[in-house]
Amino acid sequence: MRELVVIGGGPAGMSAAIAAYESGIRDILIIEREESLGGILRQCIHNGFGLHKFGEELTGPEYAYRYEQKVHEYGIEYKLSTTVIDITEDKVITATNASDGIFMVEAKAVVLAMGCRERSKGALNIAGARPSGIYSAGTAQKYVNIKGYMLGKSVVILGSGDIGLIMARRMTVEGAHVKAVCELMPYSGGLARNIHQCLDDFDIPLKLSHTVVQLHGKERLTGVTIAKVDDERKPIEETKEFIECDTLLLSVGLIPENELSEKASVKLDGITGGAQVDQNRETSVDGIFACGNVLHVHDLVDYVSDEAEIAGRSAASYIKGELAKKAEIKITRDEKIRYTVPQYITDEADVYFRTADVYKNVTLTVYKDGKAVYSKKKLKTAPGEMEKIHLDKSVIEGAEKIHIGLECRQ
Amino acid sequence: MKKELTCIVCPLGCSLTAEMEHGKVLSVVGNTCPKGAKYAQTECVSPQRTVTSTVRCTNGAMLPVKTDREIPKEKIMECMKIINNCIAHLPISVGDVIIKDVLGSNIVATANMK
Repeated sequence: MRELVVIGGGPAGMSAAIAAYESGIRDILIIEREESLGGILRQCIHNGFGLHKFGEELTGPEYAYRYEQKVHEYGIEYKLSTTVIDITEDKVITATNASDGIFMVEAKAVVLAMGCRERSKGALNIAGARPSGIYSAGTAQKYVNIKGYMLGKSVVILGSGDIGLIMARRMTVEGAHVKAVCELMPYSGGLARNIHQCLDDFDIPLKLSHTVVQLHGKERLTGVTIAKVDDERKPIEETKEFIECDTLLLSVGLIPENELSEKASVKLDGITGGAQVDQNRETSVDGIFACGNVLHVHDLVDYVSDEAEIAGRSAASYIKGELAKKAEIKITRDEKIRYTVPQYITDEADVYFRTADVYKNVTLTVYKDGKAVYSKKKLKTAPGEMEKIHLDKSVIEGAEKIHIGLECRQ
Repeated sequence: MKKELTCIVCPLGCSLTAEMEHGKVLSVVGNTCPKGAKYAQTECVSPQRTVTSTVRCTNGAMLPVKTDREIPKEKIMECMKIINNCIAHLPISVGDVIIKDVLGSNIVATANMK
C-alpha cells in the first residue's frame, strides 16, 4: 500500500507530488509514460513560461527542470517508461513497463495528472485523399524539437491555437515557408502575444473565418484549398483558393486524456472533458484528485502548477484524514460562461472559467442565493484566455446556491 | 504618429498605443505595468527578441538552447544559421554556454544532456 500515487510526471504531476511532500507525505510514487519527467514542456523549447511562478521568463525545459530538481532533492520516487493501464474506484492501479512487467499498486490517494492530447484530423472531416505531410501541431513540435527532423518546405496551418502559432515561427526560423494560418472562428484561439511574435514578426498571414476544405495530393500533400466561412461557419464557394504546400499542421484543440479516470468511475464534465471537482480538486471518487490539463485545458503552465499544488496538498490532507467533506454546492453560471473549475465549492477559492465568445466591457457578478454579492469588470474576455474570479469566505459562508453571471456590451 | 502594438512581455498581451515623432516614442498608453512601456519604447525603435532553438549533440540528440539575452529582431535568421552550424559536446548542464558571442548574446543550454 502506497500513500500517494501520482499519474503523470509532467508539470502537474511534479507540482502535485512536491506539494504533497511539503505537506508531510513521504511515501509518494510518480508514474510517467515517457522516458523522462517534464511532460509536454520538454518539447516546448520556446520562452514565456514562469513569469507568474518565478518572476522570470523561462523556456519549457527550464521550467520543468526547476520541478525535477525539487523531485530529486526530496527523493520522491518515480517510475519512467511506465504506462498505467487501469485504476479502480478503490484506488488500485495497474501499470506496466519493460522491467517490472505488469504490476499493481494500491494507494490511499491518487492524483490524476495525465495531461491532454490533440484533436486529430479524423475529427475534422476534410475532403480529399489522405496523403502524408499532415501532422497535428504538437506532433510536429516533437519531430522538430526532440527528434530534429524538418517536416516540410511549405506549410499551411489550420487552427490558431498557441501550439500552431509557436510552430509557425519554429518552422519559419528553420527555413520553411509558412504560407498562412487559417482560423475557422472570427477570432484567434491563441494568446495575443503569440500572434504578434510568431506571425506578425515573420509576415505570416492569419486568415480569420477561414478553413481548409480540401486536401490535394496522393502520396504527399501537394496543396490545400481554403475558403472563407459565413456566419454559420459554412465555406463560401466563391472564396475558394488553392495554396500549394507540402505540409499541413492542425492546431485545432486539445482534449483532456481521461480514459483512466473513467475506469475509476470518476464523473466527468461534458464541457471541459475533465473530472468534476471541488475547490480541493477532489473528484467524485473519494481520495482521487485531478489537476492540470487532464482536468481542463490551460493556457499557461504557471496556472497548472498552482492548481496541482492545491491537488497535492488536498491529497496530503486526505491521507492524514484531515480533508474537509466534499463540496456540495454546484456553481451555476450564465450561458456566456462555458464552464467553471471547480464545479463544486464549499470554501473560498479561485474559480477558473472560459467565456463562450469574445465579449467586451464585461461585468462578472457573483450571486449568493440569488443576491448579487460581488462584481468585477473586465475590458475584454475571449475563449482563448482563461479567466478567474476569487470567491472569498464571506461569499461562500452559509450559501446554498452560487451563481456567476456575465453581462456585456458587444 | 500613432503606432499600435501588442505587448509580448507577459501572457496578458496588452494592446499598446505609442505616440511617435521623428523616430522617437513620446508616450505609451494601454500598458498595465512599467515593463509594457519599456517594451513599447524598444519595439518602436529597435525590436528585440529572445531566440530559442535546438543544437544537435555528438550523440545525435537535440539539445534545446536559447540566446541568454534579447538580440535585434532582424538578426533572428542570422542567429539561426550560427546555431544550426554547431554541434554540442556532451555532457551538458542547464545554463552551459554552447556558443559564445552570437550577435551580442551567448547561446546557452536550457536542458541537461548526458
